[in-house]
Amino acid sequence: MYGHVLRAQIRSQTQYRMSFVVEVIGSVVINGLDLATVFVLFSVAGSLGGFGGTEVLLLTTLSACAFAVADLVVGNADKLRDYVRTGLFDTLLLRPLSALWQLLAVNFAPRRVGRAVQGLVLYVVALAIADIDWDLARAVYAVGAPVAGAVFFGSFFIAGSTVAFWWVESGEMANAFTYGGKDFSAYPSTMYDGWFRTVFASALGFGFVAYLPTLALVGRADPLGAPDWLRWCSPVTALIAAALAALFWRTGVRHYRSTGS
Amino acid sequence: MIISASGLRKDFTVNRKVGRLRRERHVVSAVDGVDLTVRRGELLGYIGPNGAGKSTTLKMLTGVLTPSAGEVRVCGLEPVAKRTTLARRIGVVFGQRSQLWWDLPLAESFDLLRHIYQVPAADHAARLARCTDLLGLAEFARTPVRQLSLGQRMRGELTAALLHGPEVLFLDEPTIGLDVLSKQAVREFLGELDQRGDTTVVLTTHDLADIEKLCKRLVVIDHGRVVHDGTLDALHARYGSRRTIVADLDADWPADVCLPGASVVSVEGRRVTLELNGTTAGEVVAALAKAVPLRDLSVREPQIEDVVARLYRRD
Repeated sequence: MYGHVLRAQIRSQTQYRMSFVVEVIGSVVINGLDLATVFVLFSVAGSLGGFGGTEVLLLTTLSACAFAVADLVVGNADKLRDYVRTGLFDTLLLRPLSALWQLLAVNFAPRRVGRAVQGLVLYVVALAIADIDWDLARAVYAVGAPVAGAVFFGSFFIAGSTVAFWWVESGEMANAFTYGGKDFSAYPSTMYDGWFRTVFASALGFGFVAYLPTLALVGRADPLGAPDWLRWCSPVTALIAAALAALFWRTGVRHYRSTGS
Repeated sequence: MIISASGLRKDFTVNRKVGRLRRERHVVSAVDGVDLTVRRGELLGYIGPNGAGKSTTLKMLTGVLTPSAGEVRVCGLEPVAKRTTLARRIGVVFGQRSQLWWDLPLAESFDLLRHIYQVPAADHAARLARCTDLLGLAEFARTPVRQLSLGQRMRGELTAALLHGPEVLFLDEPTIGLDVLSKQAVREFLGELDQRGDTTVVLTTHDLADIEKLCKRLVVIDHGRVVHDGTLDALHARYGSRRTIVADLDADWPADVCLPGASVVSVEGRRVTLELNGTTAGEVVAALAKAVPLRDLSVREPQIEDVVARLYRRD
């Protein structure tokens, strides 16, 4: 069913052919620049925060891949603002489908596929060149970590958008957490210190997106002193984040006020 | 009872600006203790002035808004808790919000709805054929929704709301902004739907012709409370609307005429307007004809406009 809604959305978008083509080209150019940044960073720095080049590359690409997938699937949740402001959210609630999935499907942006594919390819490359002592657990985790990371980012996207039920002008505050978390998790946590690291890595859990899974994959203990088993826990934190986001969303829907008509 | 609500209330907190930065919070009850029951197959007119709480009530009945207090059951379900289950069994048209896909042709929207509501292909085709026929959809079925006129779009919306065979149809001002012909088409369609009797319809409208033609039962709401629940005739009786006689005379109006059962409203030259006090028009006309030479005469039925206007002013 969601598939039908999704296809309809893609059909609608391709109705405006010119603007669709321009958007796709723009997206390819921007993604290309992003790619260049990663390689420049990798070749210049070589080592960051006590981590070797291939380790940093793995960490960065894992984070980027997780973020791109989350952005593709739930990044358009921020459209909720407009739905709440105009009262259009009514129409989502009147159909026999989950309002959240409808919101995501109706606003699905096919142009974001490019970035997700690119993130995935880079991550696979990073896995191949990193010094990993492969075993079954690591193979499973290599697949599970980006999924968990995507769920984790996605939860923040959804929670951030949900604020719109109470406060329509909420946009930039939510972005501070999602995009802030993205930038935080793109580099080893050891690069940051003080309250900033405490807040983003531990309190908000962004350390679980790429930093800890990378340690687990390359078989290094955490220089910051987290116990070894914690490195494997990113699926758990992702599920907790998703459950909290879902709860928050449900509460938000019950506080939806609609608009006069 | 397919719809039952008791003590239904919805409060909104409104922040009002006081001075430059301070804000005061006020609680406003948009719906303030509404009791409502609707039998299966009934067509109910739910009317009231702007801001009376009509749309808010409908949104609570359809699961869009969570009530602040009170009990609601629609098709035996609690609307908010069982929203998606209920959505399959009701149809909704909000006059000012489209349910259709803006950029897709009408026909594709209908096809999508079939998948969303998981309607068997044969049922879908039969219902679509009926609506196409009654509402004349064929000529614009291939046009993208954004290019349809309001009247065409509204016919599309009505069809979209009925394709899954809902038990209850909620219509929030379906004729608002339509031209005379489209209004008539929508009205006739709803009349036909009511005749068949298998769909319960709750209709909010400001269009008094809709009310007179369609609604046997009226619920009038004002300031979030039900102020009248009954037939149109009961509404007339209660608010004292009377039939009037307008007579054109062949002579000047003699001031001393006494007509039992009627009172003079106005005299303008040789035209006199009388109001009947419940007696039959015949007696009054006979007495009138005896008293003065008549040239022409007409009897006007009570106008619902007058009743509703009086009701809205809360005389």
